[in-house]
Amino acid sequence: MAAKERKIPAPPLNPEVQPYWDGATAGRLMIMRCKDTGKPYFYPRAHSPFTGSENVEWVEAKGTGVIYSWSVLRRAPEPYALAYVTLDEGVTMLTNIVDCDFDKLACGQKVKVVFKPTEGGPPAPCFAPT
Amino acid sequence: MSIKGKAYIAGIYEHPTRHAPEKSLAQLHADVAKGALDDAGLSLQDVDAYFCAGDAPGMGPLSMVDYLGLTNCRHMDSTDTGGSSYVLHVGHAAQAIAAGKCKVALITLAGKPRSEGQATGTAPRVPTTAAPDIPFEYIYGPTVVNMYGLAAMRHMHEYGTTSEQLAWIKVAASHHAQHNPHALLREVVTVEQVVNSPMISDPLHRLDCCVITDGGGAIVMVAPEVMKSLKRPRIKLLGAGEAPKGQMGGQVDLTYTGARWSGPRAFEEAGVKPADIKYASIYDSFTITVLIQLEDLGFCAKGKGGAFVADGNLISGSGKLPFNTDGGGLCSNHPANRGGLTKVLEAVRQARGEAHPAVQVKNANLVLAHGTGGSLGTRHGSATVILERE
Repeated sequence: MAAKERKIPAPPLNPEVQPYWDGATAGRLMIMRCKDTGKPYFYPRAHSPFTGSENVEWVEAKGTGVIYSWSVLRRAPEPYALAYVTLDEGVTMLTNIVDCDFDKLACGQKVKVVFKPTEGGPPAPCFAPT
Repeated sequence: MSIKGKAYIAGIYEHPTRHAPEKSLAQLHADVAKGALDDAGLSLQDVDAYFCAGDAPGMGPLSMVDYLGLTNCRHMDSTDTGGSSYVLHVGHAAQAIAAGKCKVALITLAGKPRSEGQATGTAPRVPTTAAPDIPFEYIYGPTVVNMYGLAAMRHMHEYGTTSEQLAWIKVAASHHAQHNPHALLREVVTVEQVVNSPMISDPLHRLDCCVITDGGGAIVMVAPEVMKSLKRPRIKLLGAGEAPKGQMGGQVDLTYTGARWSGPRAFEEAGVKPADIKYASIYDSFTITVLIQLEDLGFCAKGKGGAFVADGNLISGSGKLPFNTDGGGLCSNHPANRGGLTKVLEAVRQARGEAHPAVQVKNANLVLAHGTGGSLGTRHGSATVILERE
């Protein structure tokens, strides 16, 4: 466990992806799905990256997944774990692994979403080992 | 239309400085422009095309063409793919020359991150743009080094690559850098020194990271008829390939780079194979960058990069694939935190037979330079060029 947790800056907001942050505020991890192909995608955007269509929808992810890769920035004033997590839905997102022992992180480790406060913005979806 | 044989690299120059607080950024660009034109035997007035990327101050070509005095410029390109930009520019310049748009193209790079004291590798970059990925990434503290750490960690997980194998890449670079009087780090290091250097961001140690330096470089490319009038060795562009790679809508795979596409495109155009290459300049922002790109370019099978680079295989004179014989970004320089241009420079020196005698590859008539710009961990641009001495 890090002695002191790194403060997470507020995300820059824009209307295109506001439902993502509204979901996070309500404790829900929202991702998007292309309705033409049925495939989920990340990060969220108004046009499907598979077809270019706006025939897309917001869906709530289960919030569970596995660590795809991780790296603890040891040289930071408050070391933190940057990671990619592959959600059960099949998309991989950049995040932080929190509430964990940095020396026990591993690719393939099961994790679950936790929402951490940001500096004056909506909470950030992070993940903790289960 | 192919660019094979349609353009030559006639002039190159690398700024000897590694720390230039007394110079302006534009001045460094002018230093290297003059150096490369002198090397070619050409003047500012001969230049009819100018190429630069995000390191150039002001409005790119508009500011620099005016500042440099390129009064005959009639073709401009400021494509920015980060550190690989200048490798792309070599291909783009050849296209413009082949299309008859210009005959003498100047490409410049310069930067002063060392004198400006940037914590280049370990400080999150502040979002200043409307980049669509920013809200979903910036808040988590991505830096240069931890993003490459993600790529390295995954490669280790999937293929069993070890820190010791990665260390061999730095060891090879250091063996070469000892002969480069301008290199920032000239001390030969061992595998043990690399793996015992401080952990910066797992699994990358300090000595897995490139240097931060001021400096720059320039390339002059010319049409065949111009090359005939010059006295320098004739270094012909045989093939060029480029490719972007990103997260693909969340289908993230960090085990390969855009070199998987840019490499085969360049080889196909050149009509040669990886086994034909006598010397390779490989972008080396970190040791892992080299390893993954070597696999993607076809110098070894995917996942076998660790074994390929081990035991000095990249060291000139003893290894099978001499790489970055100037010491590269790991030991010599990484001007503007963009290492693509200097990759082309050492490839040209090798092809000309003008590398340091201690590292010169015998009959290096066919060479490759490859760059990656942006981040292996998120999105990047890859560019590959293959050059032949006539």
